[in-house]
Amino acid sequence: MFFLDHAWLVPLIPAVSFVVILLFGKRFPKGGSEVGIVALFASWVLSCGAFYQWVQRVDDAGNAKGAAGTVKAFASSLKLAATSSGEHAAPVAPIVHSITWFQSGGIKFGAGIQIDGLAVMMMFVVTTISLLVHVYSTEYMRNDRRYTYFFAALSLFTASMLLLVVADNTLQLLVGWELVGLCSFMLIGHWWEEKPNSNAALKAFLTTRTGDIGLIIGVVMTFFIVGRATGTPSFNIVALNTAALSGKVSHLMLLVCACALMAAIVGKSGQFPLHTWLPDAMAGPTPVSALIHAATMVVAGVYLGARVYPVFFEGFSIGNGGVNLMAIIGGTTVIIGAALAFVQDDIKKVLAYSTISQLGYMVMGLGVGAWIAAIFHLFTHAFFKADLFLGAGSVSHSGSHHSFDMKEDMGGLRKFMPQTFATFVIGSLALAGIFPLAGFWSKDEILLTAGKSGYTFFMVVGLAGAFMTAAYMTRCIYLTFYGEYRGGDHVGAHPDEAEHLPVEDGLEAHAPHRPHESPPVITVPLWILSFFAVTAGLLNAEPFHIEKFKEWFEPRVAFPELVHPAFSWGAAGLSVAIAVLGIAVAYEYYWDRRGLRDLSSRNAAARAGKTFLVNKYYLDYLYTDVVVGSIKGPIANASYWVNQHVIDAVLNGVGRGSLGVARFTYDVLDQRGVDGIVNGLAVGTGDAGGAARAVETGRLQWYALLMFSAVTLFSVFLWIAH
Amino acid sequence: MLLNQFLLLGAFLFAAGVYGVVTRRNSVLVLMSVELMLAAVNVNLVAFSAYLHTVAGQTFALFVLTIAAAEVGVGLAMILLIYRNLSSSDLDDVDVLKG
Repeated sequence: MFFLDHAWLVPLIPAVSFVVILLFGKRFPKGGSEVGIVALFASWVLSCGAFYQWVQRVDDAGNAKGAAGTVKAFASSLKLAATSSGEHAAPVAPIVHSITWFQSGGIKFGAGIQIDGLAVMMMFVVTTISLLVHVYSTEYMRNDRRYTYFFAALSLFTASMLLLVVADNTLQLLVGWELVGLCSFMLIGHWWEEKPNSNAALKAFLTTRTGDIGLIIGVVMTFFIVGRATGTPSFNIVALNTAALSGKVSHLMLLVCACALMAAIVGKSGQFPLHTWLPDAMAGPTPVSALIHAATMVVAGVYLGARVYPVFFEGFSIGNGGVNLMAIIGGTTVIIGAALAFVQDDIKKVLAYSTISQLGYMVMGLGVGAWIAAIFHLFTHAFFKADLFLGAGSVSHSGSHHSFDMKEDMGGLRKFMPQTFATFVIGSLALAGIFPLAGFWSKDEILLTAGKSGYTFFMVVGLAGAFMTAAYMTRCIYLTFYGEYRGGDHVGAHPDEAEHLPVEDGLEAHAPHRPHESPPVITVPLWILSFFAVTAGLLNAEPFHIEKFKEWFEPRVAFPELVHPAFSWGAAGLSVAIAVLGIAVAYEYYWDRRGLRDLSSRNAAARAGKTFLVNKYYLDYLYTDVVVGSIKGPIANASYWVNQHVIDAVLNGVGRGSLGVARFTYDVLDQRGVDGIVNGLAVGTGDAGGAARAVETGRLQWYALLMFSAVTLFSVFLWIAH
Repeated sequence: MLLNQFLLLGAFLFAAGVYGVVTRRNSVLVLMSVELMLAAVNVNLVAFSAYLHTVAGQTFALFVLTIAAAEVGVGLAMILLIYRNLSSSDLDDVDVLKG
């Protein structure tokens, strides 16, 4: 069990790599990127090892169950069966190792690893995508002015995310979570010289921090929830999950904790209404968008939800089919994210809203009790969304002169970039949920579980979302790859990212002034991700009797009993049909120019609707103008009035009072009391001195007389004393 | 053995010395009175030495005689300087320490 026991190496290696790149990166021939890639490769190998050993562990446990009952004929087999069945309870339990981080008030706070199926799966996803993104970035970020710094930040990000993933306690998880947020801030603002980029970075940071307040409250509550159940408060996650399911903790406490943690999920995973930072985060370099804002960091929220699922399960009473906050927020996000994707001209923003919508699916999945389906969707989504983002990056890198505007600078690119086109289509089909690609299996499972657990409404929401997803991805493909090429013939037509490259960048790639295919260092990661986008779903393809994902990754310890509906061809057919319908409608609209074209210019209601969407539901205005504005305006004025009239009055009163006290002190205590004593002492000393002066005649014989008299007196005293 | 007589003699000599120190104006006489007090101490030392049959007292008496001789030398030198400065050996004139 080397890889499982030593999983702490997985976050440690990129962390070391971060330090090395930061300190010595510029001295390496390739500016530090090779350090990051080697470190990530090492982490990836360790993750794969952990993955393999975990699968073995689960399989062994499964076999032991079968073997224990049947094989008893041979002594050796008996012994084998006995030993393995003796271990039966243990193998599927998470592997927990921890050391004391610090000690305070007699309570030990640990830092450690909790490796179970979920952690192993996340480790694999994070390291795989991070490795591919590292490789891809060597080309995409070539000649960037902060190339070394970029790779240092990528390493730190990967390390923090892995720290969060392996955490065995919520406190460590919080540390990883905040570090991830910091890296996101650093990488979104990578080109901070442009004001919009640094604004986007600040917006992302501050918006997620709003949710993080909930996380801090929630984490503190987890400490006391464990204390309530076991008597010894602790941040330990296994203890927390056990406590949440034990029934010893009041429902209200769990509800409040779940709500607080939900706020963190809303912030981090771009859920309504705090999703507004995610599209703006596209200001960062595209590999960052792929790694952080699609595949890993934003799923940290979902991961948190999955990690401490019993708290949500009990707190929100998910088991009994009630409508709860988690499902409502997830469902809302599915629809609003998908609707916004229709009105974006920026290809990355389409994908960003798509990410929001898909994260909505995951949160909704958790909210309706479809734990394994939500995590499965996280798994498959990571691959195809990274594929799509890197594809968009490839388009802008080699096709549209570093622009992301689909309407201005793209179009007709399928002829020039066949490989990017092929992988982008595969990713889109997977996202749309077309059988048998990855997205189909996971999305279908969420919808099916929602339907079977009594959440019919959310199943309908999910189906509507699936329809919209298929349609907006078709629109995106049409605008990018079909029609006529609309980009200019010159480099830097749309100086979005072009200006970040030095002019001498005019390598052969840009010389012909024509869109062209990206080099293999970009297309190979695209094909690898496409491969996963096609096959990842087959891990849990129920109709083919493969349920490996559930078998391997669903926790057995401290976990609620969940509904696992059987696969239904009818439901699957319905969801595929809806996705195909979405594609067909969009196809008709864009290719055959049929349908309600230019509706928004003819119909006032449609126009209003479109304006509403273009303005992103006015949420940004709500936040900046209403919330911030009101804080700046009336609330500030009110504060000013209170300041002037109430606080100042109090302060003035205190001031006057102090003045009076001071005056009294000066006049009476100081001048009369203290000075009197001091002066009195001086005068007394002077008088005493004057009196003593008479003794000092200066005459020798007078002194001699005094001395003899004194000796005589002492002698008399001594004599009397005896 | 007679002790009291010697002690009374010593006390008388000492008292006479003190009287001389306090009352005489002439500084030479004051110095002589100091010698008288030292002589009184020597009488006591020798008397106790003989009474207790130890030689320590007599040894001390010899030292005191030596010290007294040195003291008279220093004292006479001081009186000589006073006389040079003040043209008088009268102790009443030496009152510069008057407060």
